[in-house]
Amino acid sequence: MDDWKDYRKVFLTLATPGSIWMLVFFIIPMTFLFVLSFSSKAVIDGETSTTAYDYFNTFGNYFASTGQSYLVLLWRAVWTSAVATFVCLVLAYPLAMAVCFAPSRWRPVMLLLLILPFWINLLIRTYAMYSIFRTTGVINQAVGLVGLGPYEMLNNTPAVIMGLVYVYLPFMVLPLYSTIEKLDRSFLEASLDLGASQARTFWSVTWPLTLPGVITGIILVYIPCLGTFLTSDILGGPNNWTIGNAIQNQFLEANNWPFGAALSFILMYATFIALVIRALFARRSKGVDA
Amino acid sequence: MSVQLKPGQGPLEYARRPWIIILFGLVLLFLYAPIASLIVFSFNVDKSGVWHGFTFMNYVKAWHNDAIFYALSNSLTIAVLSTIVSTVLGATTALALWRFNFPFKNTYEGFMTLPIVVPEICMGISLAMFFSYTGMMAGVRDWLWPFNLINIMFAHIAFCFPFVAVVVRARLQGFNRQLEEASKDLGATELQTFTNVLVPFMVPSLVAGGLLAFTLSLDDFVITLFSSGPGSITFPVKIYGMVKRGVDMQINAASTILIVITLAATLLAMKLQAPDKSGH
Repeated sequence: MDDWKDYRKVFLTLATPGSIWMLVFFIIPMTFLFVLSFSSKAVIDGETSTTAYDYFNTFGNYFASTGQSYLVLLWRAVWTSAVATFVCLVLAYPLAMAVCFAPSRWRPVMLLLLILPFWINLLIRTYAMYSIFRTTGVINQAVGLVGLGPYEMLNNTPAVIMGLVYVYLPFMVLPLYSTIEKLDRSFLEASLDLGASQARTFWSVTWPLTLPGVITGIILVYIPCLGTFLTSDILGGPNNWTIGNAIQNQFLEANNWPFGAALSFILMYATFIALVIRALFARRSKGVDA
Repeated sequence: MSVQLKPGQGPLEYARRPWIIILFGLVLLFLYAPIASLIVFSFNVDKSGVWHGFTFMNYVKAWHNDAIFYALSNSLTIAVLSTIVSTVLGATTALALWRFNFPFKNTYEGFMTLPIVVPEICMGISLAMFFSYTGMMAGVRDWLWPFNLINIMFAHIAFCFPFVAVVVRARLQGFNRQLEEASKDLGATELQTFTNVLVPFMVPSLVAGGLLAFTLSLDDFVITLFSSGPGSITFPVKIYGMVKRGVDMQINAASTILIVITLAATLLAMKLQAPDKSGH
């Protein structure tokens, strides 16, 4: 690797365009959002302005967001995401094992089948889910043929969780696959040869060795679940709103931007905590990279 | 021990355990059945969940629906232009990170990957505020098409180019720098070496990264919803509006078209990204 000082011009030509773009369209907007989360709408001549703000004058937005109703939305996001992440893990682990231990000519196809839906638009997948589970959808029409239903399968929390699992399962499969693939199989063989059962081998050898992949998978699934608003909007309905819907509502309808900014940054803080946890795990198990 | 093992009973033959095969099948059904049903019903004559006959009418209607057509052409234009800029920015960023040591490199790298990890809704909202506050949201509204879409392109490039950088950098890791030295020994200048040796080596990753950017841009809904001003609607945003108004088989037809475009681009990208030994 070259030192940047030896090729100053080349380095600056290469590094500047991306840096400027990132500064203008990411760092500055995010900083502004952060500042706004500590601001309030300016009051000019006794009237609340819709465009001017008093900056850095309050922590009130964060306290407002711990008020009863928003606490409920945040809590709902936290636990529905946790359940969805757990279901993803339980489903994805055996699938990733199956892919890794399959004959090598089958592996790429099996992996592709599991992750291909990830490339289909999130909105379309959610809509597809909506159209088969709605009261006049395929499933209700089918059970209707034998005289059952129609059942209301949407607008409840399980529908949101199912939608989240549907959308984010590939995010769990990929890191698990890449860790299990690197696993040294002779450890498993040794454990089995020495008389440990399959279950014992799994919990004492496979699971601890693949933990970094598990952590990465959990974070890759949990973070987007926490910020979701499309799934809860379309499959859950107004009674199942989470913090993402509240943010959208503050910006597009209620028009209280400082409050929306505070809600967004609560989500950002949660994301950063998750990333720090991941970094800590990565450091502890260096060498085993997910 | 002379116990004869049946297939699937070998200690490490997890892929052949019956329960895993059944689970695999069920998960595939769960993943693909909704999409398959969406595509199948795009050919249905009415909008019920019952098959009433085959027709192309939904596609014809969607094609003649000006709003859908306009949204689709907006989306494709945005995707193509954002892809070009993202590929250039991603490639230069990857080259800078690959070739040079500089102060705070790790921090810089961390910042460059932030758009990949922050929740989409936060990025969308920060951009929405930034555009309104700087007057760009209202300012571009009356500009000539496609310049009235420029805010969306700015936003898309911001979250696409870090992905391109990751893909290009992964490819560069496999580059043998002795080839550069050989080229310079043989009398090529720095620039000639770059265009004749390094760029050809990077091409597969540029195409793969570009296609990735294309699908990310074409598919993006959350960030676009917030950063688009009134009037500048994209295809996913249009579909969202239609979904909120109720089920309509034109949505299925339009979605099927989008699925075909993205999957084609993705499969092409995967093919190009397949391990390649040249340059070693």
